[in-house]
Amino acid sequence: MIAASVPVQRPGNAKLLVSEDGRIRHVPRSEFPNLLRPGDLVIANDAATLPASLFGRHAPTGEPIEVRLAGRDSLAMDEIRRFSAIVFGPGDFRTRTEERPSPPELAPGDQLILGPLRATVMRLMNHPRFISLEFQGSAAQIWEGLASWGRPIQYSHIPTPLALWDTWTPIAGLPVAYEPPSAGFVLDWNGLKRLIARGVRFCTITHAAGISSTGDPQLDALLPFDEPYRIPPSTARAIEETKARHGRIIAIGTTVVRALEHSAAMFGGAVRPGERVATQRIGAGSRLRIVDAILSGTHEPGTSHYELLKAFADAGTLSRIDQELEAHGYRTHEFGDSVFIVKSADQNGWQSDSAVAAGRDDRGGCTASSASGVRGSRQQRAIRPFR
Amino acid sequence: MTDHARLRHPGTDNPLAGARVAITGGTSGLGLALVRELLNRWARVAFVARTRQNVERVSSTHADAHGIVGDVSKKEDIHPIAIQILGSLGGVDVLINNASALGPVPLALLADTDCEDFERVLATNVLGPFRLTKALLGALASSAREGRGAVVVNISSDAAINPYPRWGAYGASKAALHHLTRIWNEELSGQGIQFLPIDPGDMDTPMHAAAIPDADRSQLKRPEIAAAEIADAIAVALLHANRPLQTVVEEVAQ
Repeated sequence: MIAASVPVQRPGNAKLLVSEDGRIRHVPRSEFPNLLRPGDLVIANDAATLPASLFGRHAPTGEPIEVRLAGRDSLAMDEIRRFSAIVFGPGDFRTRTEERPSPPELAPGDQLILGPLRATVMRLMNHPRFISLEFQGSAAQIWEGLASWGRPIQYSHIPTPLALWDTWTPIAGLPVAYEPPSAGFVLDWNGLKRLIARGVRFCTITHAAGISSTGDPQLDALLPFDEPYRIPPSTARAIEETKARHGRIIAIGTTVVRALEHSAAMFGGAVRPGERVATQRIGAGSRLRIVDAILSGTHEPGTSHYELLKAFADAGTLSRIDQELEAHGYRTHEFGDSVFIVKSADQNGWQSDSAVAAGRDDRGGCTASSASGVRGSRQQRAIRPFR
Repeated sequence: MTDHARLRHPGTDNPLAGARVAITGGTSGLGLALVRELLNRWARVAFVARTRQNVERVSSTHADAHGIVGDVSKKEDIHPIAIQILGSLGGVDVLINNASALGPVPLALLADTDCEDFERVLATNVLGPFRLTKALLGALASSAREGRGAVVVNISSDAAINPYPRWGAYGASKAALHHLTRIWNEELSGQGIQFLPIDPGDMDTPMHAAAIPDADRSQLKRPEIAAAEIADAIAVALLHANRPLQTVVEEVAQ
């Protein structure tokens, strides 16, 4: 596929591939509301994107570094000292992530000077470039430092620097995502009005979408990292009501699928309001208890996002989708075109819910046991997945 | 208790109790009076102003309010301001676009107004509120969906309606803001976000002193009175927001 290299969220000519009932067709993406039925419920991730890329110096050596914040263990806005992060050496997004030089050797206790922010390396997370760090100062000082100094995480397929507003979806709320939940770029306020006029309901969750690429095969194999999410009471109620009336649940993006299905696996098929941490992977073996269809960016085989699509469509269908995307010149990455995949009736996976309910990290488990065995290819991918 | 007293009580009858309110231009005049009034009504308050020194001064005497340094007339400041509002309050239910520029002082005829001065007034009084509202719209809509209510107050003026000579830059900008507010309300009130243009009247503020230095201050409204009226209007709007009982119960339980 062609890389979408301009940060336009809703280009007038955006395309949408629709896969439903074993048929594939192509429509202008602006037609998306017309694909929905009265009684359907559309759920999007309203996380705003943090300026999570911080340039600075490794104090012990004075060497330049780029720190990309990658996660934390909650969505709390008043406790934001601790993050996990990927550290790069000199350079910036203009160099492909895979080719970025390593940072100097990092050790617990090292100070990082990141513009107005000061952070301490707390520990290495089984990898020389993957760290846990702690910012110094109050929450207000850290927010001010991030807001004034941070830049959006960016990759080389977009040659010009992104502004923060490029990365916020029109519905962006709390700044807790590390990269944009970009399937939401599809939405605009007029589109929401059209949905509501059709008798379709719209709700949101907040899911701290993590980073999509680390430039390191070992680390990429761990993606997606654990991601905290919050389900508002109004959304949980809307899901219950929609299910009771046999409406469909339409997820805007992979993060919505991950959050809703994580909750459902924990609570015997119910989505409960509240904040939790999604730890599971979704793939060919996963049973989708909540979500009936997904609107997503186009994904390359081998990425964790592509794996997730296997829960919606069988390998044969996905392979036909790939061919169609290529043949029709679809664009990929976060500002690219989209797919809308309605779960086929026979996609009833067999993943044990107990693994998720017990909070066990079962990443790799379900993908490894998938029939098509694509897991290994994830390590060779050069192209990033997008949600 | 009278209705008026109930609206100011910390209990669940007071819709401002626990409401997350952001106020621009919060270190002087009406903005500062609003910070105080809303704190007194048990709201959680973040305020924005350009000068760090002023922000720190207000923060030092109002420890419960979160001070944010930023200039709403600058495009590059908007998202950093929005991040800090959302970071400090954990969301936003009420946005008060109060920060305002008067234009050239002494007040000038339009024909004598420099284009650059007019641009600056529009940037502060029209584009700033537009951009900040847009950046916070997702959070406001989320508040509305959760039954917390969502209100945007844009501080207007009678100069938005009446063509006062020498108030050209200010009056034209406030007319634009006033109309922006009304159109926004038409477009988004269906999704639970209410937009209120409020004319606080002629107040005894630094801005009024700059505009009319020889005004009889005893004839001017005290900003505290205007702030109380605006808080009342917000309280009524939040009551109209149709808060489901469930939300109130959850808040009380926290």
